[in-house]
Amino acid sequence: MKYSYKVPCTKEKLRDIRSFVKEVLDKHGISEVDVSTLVLAIDEVCANVIIHGHSCNPKDSIELEIKIDKSQTLEFDIIDTVELFDIAAYQEPQIEDVVKQQKKGGIGLILVKRIMDDIEIIRLPKKNICRLTKKIQLT
Amino acid sequence: MVDVKRIQEGNYELLTVVGDVDASSSIELDTAIEEAIESGGKKFLIDCSSLDYISSAGLGVFMSYIEEFRKRDITMIIYGLNEKVANVFEILGLDQLLTIKQTKEEAKAALG
Repeated sequence: MKYSYKVPCTKEKLRDIRSFVKEVLDKHGISEVDVSTLVLAIDEVCANVIIHGHSCNPKDSIELEIKIDKSQTLEFDIIDTVELFDIAAYQEPQIEDVVKQQKKGGIGLILVKRIMDDIEIIRLPKKNICRLTKKIQLT
Repeated sequence: MVDVKRIQEGNYELLTVVGDVDASSSIELDTAIEEAIESGGKKFLIDCSSLDYISSAGLGVFMSYIEEFRKRDITMIIYGLNEKVANVFEILGLDQLLTIKQTKEEAKAALG
């Protein structure tokens, strides 16, 4: 099964993105807690792309594709035309250091790395894809 | 979208967080905590029983005050997290860095 969703690059659209992901995952019998952590991971990547990749420009858009196959692997593609930050190569800071520095950001990608099994940046001629995968028990 | 209500209850201030705290709304939570500190209070309870969702932007707000609270001898206790929201705090280990209780009674007792 494949689902896709395209939205303008505004922070206000994050709520709609979360609703879309939840709606898709709820159709596949995934537990409530798993759905909520997966929704969070997608929200974090989309927020990162919208804020840092597009400076919240509503004229730009990002696309999300969700593929769910019979081998119980969930694949989330965040598709964009701009260069995507390489989350896979991102070195996690220590939480204690973030606390000491009194920073309000910088922990979203830690969540993504801890929630997902694999993160891959795919660079194609006309688009870039941030592919997040998660193996999960589907009922 | 999030609403933060502030009520003075005895020797502490109660902040009730209602709704979703994400990258678009975390500023509301941040402003409410900042204003509560500026009003001079030293003891705060944060009621999260109506907090439906929190992303890193919201967690970052709570985290950014840990050091300041320690330096200024301010106590903040969070309570009422639902299972999904509590899970997000646990993924990052924030349940070890912040004081989190299940009920208001437990939170009040810990506040002293």
